[in-house]
Amino acid sequence: MTVRETAASPGSRTARAGGPPGGGYGRSLLAQDRRFGYALIAPVLIVLLAITAYPLVYNVWNSFHHDNLLIPFEKGFSGLANYTELFTNNQFVPALVHTVGFTVVSVAFETAIGLALAVALNKRFRGRGIVRAAIFIPWAVPTVVSAELWRSMFDPQQGFVNYLLSSLHLPLAHTTWLDGTWTAWVAILIADAWRNTPFIAIVLLAGLQAIPGDIYEAARIDGATAWRTFRKITLPLLKPALMVALIFRTLQSFLVFDVVYIMTGGGPGTATNVLAYLDWKAFLVATDFGYGGAVSVALVAFALIIAGIYTRVFRIEQPA
Amino acid sequence: MSALAKGAGVASGRPAGGTGPRSTSRITPRKRAQRGAFFVLMTLFVLVSMFPFYWIVITSLKTQNEINQGTTSLLPGHITWSNYVTDFTKEDFIRPLLNSAVVALSTTVLTVVIASLAGYALARTQMRGKTLVLGFILAANFFPIIAMVGPLFIAYRRLGLLNSYPALMISCLIYTLPLATWLLTSYFSQIPRSLEEAALVDGSGRLRTLRKVIMPVALPGVFTAAILSFMLTWNDFTFALSFMSTPDKFTAPLAIVNLGQSQYQTFYNLIDAAVVIISIPIALIVIFAQRRIVTGLTAGSFR
Repeated sequence: MTVRETAASPGSRTARAGGPPGGGYGRSLLAQDRRFGYALIAPVLIVLLAITAYPLVYNVWNSFHHDNLLIPFEKGFSGLANYTELFTNNQFVPALVHTVGFTVVSVAFETAIGLALAVALNKRFRGRGIVRAAIFIPWAVPTVVSAELWRSMFDPQQGFVNYLLSSLHLPLAHTTWLDGTWTAWVAILIADAWRNTPFIAIVLLAGLQAIPGDIYEAARIDGATAWRTFRKITLPLLKPALMVALIFRTLQSFLVFDVVYIMTGGGPGTATNVLAYLDWKAFLVATDFGYGGAVSVALVAFALIIAGIYTRVFRIEQPA
Repeated sequence: MSALAKGAGVASGRPAGGTGPRSTSRITPRKRAQRGAFFVLMTLFVLVSMFPFYWIVITSLKTQNEINQGTTSLLPGHITWSNYVTDFTKEDFIRPLLNSAVVALSTTVLTVVIASLAGYALARTQMRGKTLVLGFILAANFFPIIAMVGPLFIAYRRLGLLNSYPALMISCLIYTLPLATWLLTSYFSQIPRSLEEAALVDGSGRLRTLRKVIMPVALPGVFTAAILSFMLTWNDFTFALSFMSTPDKFTAPLAIVNLGQSQYQTFYNLIDAAVVIISIPIALIVIFAQRRIVTGLTAGSFR
């Protein structure tokens, strides 16, 4: 709070006239109040525009240009070359397929478990606070922790997973998890679900707690079964929370990076390559900012499509 | 800490939904079975959440010999603290921890200042375009982080900010600012106007009023914003990986990824010791400020 009153001293009179709208105070005071508002809102807008709008514009610009730090002599307008490269270089399309598959599976799985968790944690029982903390901690720790932790758990010799499987005489006890396509995906999914399911549970739990208790009371008196109550009362009223959780998680999943980078590095080969990892490598390994820009533009477009789909789906279902 | 504990206590007093039919006194066998199933399910959830932590803790206490032998037991064998010692001395893990603390704390302060100003403007002035601004801030929250990396890399390179704290702090504001601004806007809106008017009548300027009157009353909200900002910045990996190039500037998460790796072997005992170390502050925060985090995360999402 280093900003001194200099800018605000005229504003003080404005506010003395009263903040609430509709007061019959003078036009110039209103103008002062507004100016004061713009001055206060400026920093957040400047920062956020600088770190989102500027990169977006720059990416769009770059995506139509040759801009590779390793090939400094080839600069200038490239037309759609970076975009056609997306579909001709055998990387983007497989990464897109991986990303979509990962997003669908992880979000579906995490939502199902997260909903169950939220419903369970909404009940009153002894030690609920401790149980909640225990379940939320995985969400709060860095992605690096979840990734390294599960890498260590899945290690064929020194890990826990194979030890458990072999003690229970189950198959797959000698799997080198991160070296196989499907097993690497399983490991990534588990690490991701372990960290992110609690987030869905947190948001849904808050949604559940916002539902007034007397509705349930009424349903109970009417003799509704638990399942029917859940389907007809809980789920519809949970919709806003569900939408928040789903949008957040779907976009995060779609942009999954840390876990993939740490656990598999996109491997084996390119079997677990995802769009965010592809984009990062284009920028910081290949230093091809044109191609990276094109991938980024695609990512932003996909994010918009996902957000659009969700708002549409939830809005259409609202009256029902 | 006292403010935290008080806040948590208040929140815990709230009735949680209307589900638990506690009042029914007769316990039928069916009900008993349900309770049993519920207990088993909860135990399973807690086990899945917590066991991996137990695992990394015991791995971090194993000697290199035990590690090389592979897993033979779920219990710690020969407990040794040497991995922690190695991390702190030979691996120089203190430096990245300090870097992380500096970046997380300064980003938190920056976030609280900027978001308080914005929250006050959105909650208390007659400025135009509030919906637009809030919409933009929400949209920024969903902006693909990875798409920022390339352009920001070039910008930082031009500005000579690569491999510096400011580069990381500025970038990390994308994690913290949208959430904090929404949160503080909703907190400030709930404060009765009379409070602030009294101060203004006394002749203090508005910024002074914000600092001396509004902020103290909104302290729980400010605290929540600060805690969440700290956590989100402490957890960053992507930006550190992209903009920090020399080990003396690595943050803790980035240092962990580069630690305990040799061409032939991964030293999980060293890695897991570091993982335990960076998890501790976060675990403490969750234990002490759990409800605050939950309300913070969900504030403004649906109302």
